[in-house]
Amino acid sequence: MGEVIVVTSGKGGVGKTTATANIGAGLAMLGHKVVLVDADIGLRNLDVILGLENRIVYDLVDVTQGNCRLRQALIRDKRFEGLHLLPAAQTKDKTAVSPEQMRELCGELKEMFEYVIVDSPAGIEQGFRNAIAGAEKAIVITTPEVAAVRDADRVIGLLEAAELNDPKLVVNRLRPRMVQRGDMMNIDDIIDILAIDLLGVIPEDEQIIISTNRGETVVQEDRSFAGQAFRNIVWRILGEPVPLMSFDRELGFFGRLRRLVGLG
Amino acid sequence: MFSFLARWFGKEDAGSKHVAKERLRLVLVHDRASVSPQLLQVLKEDLLKVISNYIEVDENRLEVQIDRTENAVALVASIPIKRLKRLAKSLA
Repeated sequence: MGEVIVVTSGKGGVGKTTATANIGAGLAMLGHKVVLVDADIGLRNLDVILGLENRIVYDLVDVTQGNCRLRQALIRDKRFEGLHLLPAAQTKDKTAVSPEQMRELCGELKEMFEYVIVDSPAGIEQGFRNAIAGAEKAIVITTPEVAAVRDADRVIGLLEAAELNDPKLVVNRLRPRMVQRGDMMNIDDIIDILAIDLLGVIPEDEQIIISTNRGETVVQEDRSFAGQAFRNIVWRILGEPVPLMSFDRELGFFGRLRRLVGLG
Repeated sequence: MFSFLARWFGKEDAGSKHVAKERLRLVLVHDRASVSPQLLQVLKEDLLKVISNYIEVDENRLEVQIDRTENAVALVASIPIKRLKRLAKSLA
């Protein structure tokens, strides 16, 4: 019996889909059976992030409406043994699925997979309610910006109201240099404000854009800083207490020098 | 030039993150204070229960609301007193 984890954020564009893809691929790399569910109906993206856009035959709405069997709609990612995608419908809207149907679907999926990871749409409307309906755990993604943290706060409140307690936080797109010079909120600032547990920190990394361009995930890029951050998150999901990575490498020579003399 | 040096030597203090954090803190106080009327009603009833142990108040004119100003959010209660009970007098 697997577990259902929803990835959500409130604000759009903070990296929900990228995080979903990388966490899923990372879990699969370690031999786990994973299905990623794109709950952003009408604006599907998880398929292109994973480079599986040409392999879609049926989608989530086809399953809930009984046009096909669940197994027919699942796309197997050939690069990662054990990784599957249930794509969203592109031509329907969010009202095509109800929270009740999502709960049922997630229930079926967790019989088949160890991890069911649901990529939530932005916002807090029906699409969000659908995405969290079948979930037992939640990961909230934010970036170190006022608007994103504010929306994360709102979403944490809604998750707790829905009895999805103890959501875990991922801070995406952290720029260590900006943090060092005091032009970006640091992790402690954000945790202090949101008061939830930290699951991980992803540094800003050009490699994410490069990988996304190719329809690949960054988690298997050994030399990518963001990839390492995602691998650490995966270990923490599996219960390993991996320490937060140091961002020293990102600071450059002068940044490290300043740290050394106690200025950063 | 000076500000550059100040930032170089002044650690994080000179940066814009403090502005971000302070603005966030305020906006969240406002966001989190958007209490539902039902909650306010329950709160009002509970308040009344406790206060009535000590003071006889005018229930119909009792007002409880969330007051927002630029820098703070407060729970403001206006509770007209009819008279003090003996117990309260003896405690005083």
